[in-house]
Amino acid sequence: MELSAFIIFVAAIFTSNILLTNFLGMCSFLSVSREVQSSLGLGLAVFFVMTVTTALNYAVYYFILVPLDIVYLQYIIFIIVIAAFVQLTEMVVERFSPLLYYSLGIFLPLITVNCAILGVSLFMIIRNYTFLQAVAYGAGSGLGWLLAILALAGIRQRIKEKYVPAGLVGAGLSLITTGIMALAFVGFSGIVVIQ
Amino acid sequence: MIITILNTVLIVSGITGILALLLVIADYFFANYGDCQITINKKKEITVKGGSSLLSTLNEQKIFLPSACGGRGSCGFCKCQVESGGGPLLPTEKPFLSEEEIKNNIRLSCQVKVKQNIEIQIPEDIFNIRKFKAKVTAIKDLTYDIKELTLKLLEPESITFKAGQYVQLVAPPYAKIRQSVSRAYSISSNPDHNDYIQLIIRKVPEGICTTWVHEFLKVDDEVNFTGPFGEFYIRDTDADMIFVAGGSGKAPIKSMLEWLAKRQNPRRMGYFFGARQRQELYYTELFDELEKELPNFKYYPVLSQPTETCDWEGRCGYVMPFFSEFIKEPAHTEAYLCGSPGMIASVVKDLEKRGIPLDKIYYDSFA
Repeated sequence: MELSAFIIFVAAIFTSNILLTNFLGMCSFLSVSREVQSSLGLGLAVFFVMTVTTALNYAVYYFILVPLDIVYLQYIIFIIVIAAFVQLTEMVVERFSPLLYYSLGIFLPLITVNCAILGVSLFMIIRNYTFLQAVAYGAGSGLGWLLAILALAGIRQRIKEKYVPAGLVGAGLSLITTGIMALAFVGFSGIVVIQ
Repeated sequence: MIITILNTVLIVSGITGILALLLVIADYFFANYGDCQITINKKKEITVKGGSSLLSTLNEQKIFLPSACGGRGSCGFCKCQVESGGGPLLPTEKPFLSEEEIKNNIRLSCQVKVKQNIEIQIPEDIFNIRKFKAKVTAIKDLTYDIKELTLKLLEPESITFKAGQYVQLVAPPYAKIRQSVSRAYSISSNPDHNDYIQLIIRKVPEGICTTWVHEFLKVDDEVNFTGPFGEFYIRDTDADMIFVAGGSGKAPIKSMLEWLAKRQNPRRMGYFFGARQRQELYYTELFDELEKELPNFKYYPVLSQPTETCDWEGRCGYVMPFFSEFIKEPAHTEAYLCGSPGMIASVVKDLEKRGIPLDKIYYDSFA
């Protein structure tokens, strides 16, 4: 527990990027990374939802589930909290940015079952983080996810104008790109270990 | 044991309940857009409650933009010009709009949400569109699967429409169908009679509205419809007119020809009606009569599958090869088509090949 919240925050972005080291949240990562614009929107939404739900779930876990001795219900409770919060985010996005709302389409509600978000809540419990550490971890992971999807979207936009082997167009090339990005991020490992 | 279970259930429902309550409160604040002003054609101003689509908001104000799908964004009929306040063009609208329409701020009114003051332009004709209540006074079998419906208007008592336009008939929930649906049908009666309309409705297997008309609707029942809609009407020129329609597509053509006959219109006209067998022909005497009344009209019924025992001595095969009997100066000919999208597509292709300009081919295509 000697790790400071700031170190966890930085580590969650780079050394243990939730997407590129744990490979969580791949489905929307691959499908909404065609354009930088909409992936920035989705990335921000994930960052926001992840930060807030980590804090909410922390509170729910330590102030409701632990005292009442029902920690075995954590999955269902976490999912309910995440779902309610995503619903709220959806209302806000629809109100203030209809274009983003329609370009995200089905993927905004799908954040509900984005495994990266549930994953962060579960890791925070397993690793016995304090509240500050948990929020830092949530925010860092969200930013890391945003960074990863932005990078992939940028790369995919560049590749779109280039000739690539026909069999690799689309998902194939995206997966290879993701793999190489993950390799690059391995370069950060060893600086600090949080897991 | 039981206490543990009850406790757990209580806690989970408690948490869920609190979250649901929060969402309800949030919905109240975020989905509440207050009062918005809609300015129509720069002169009419109406104040409405924001939050719903432009199409349904206008409907509530008794302004009926055409819509065949009921606001699902799949028919593309509800276009209107939104000058300001419509928000950005949405990906759900793009497939229905041409580049020119996008430049002119044309939008699908079912996708535009009223969230602020909004300025729109709609054709003056739209103001003629109303909701009508009518009584069924006759249901006549025209063929084995086509019925003619006569609707006497109750409220309002008269209708003004152009021959060729259509109405949207509302089928209420019946039997296993729980939702009311509305479907478009062309008016087959002459616009000179403004106190009733007639519709020709062919039974579609498993069709919600047509099954209702064919099996549940009775004389003296009351029905609702909105209208009149559509850009399918006679252009006032002196060009030759070729009409092509099969099945229940005869409705708007009959209305047009009766209206022309009343005025003794001297234009050259030919109507090609395609059917499979003799039993699908109808209104034959009526069209024989029209041939006598109109100085330059000819009726061309064509059967594609006359049975062997059939004593049909008319034209056999598809209608298209017979067009050459009528078309003399393609550049000086207007075409009026009504039928399924497939039939329209192939007829348009054929007429274009014969030299009829695309902008002189008019049609209603009912999916």
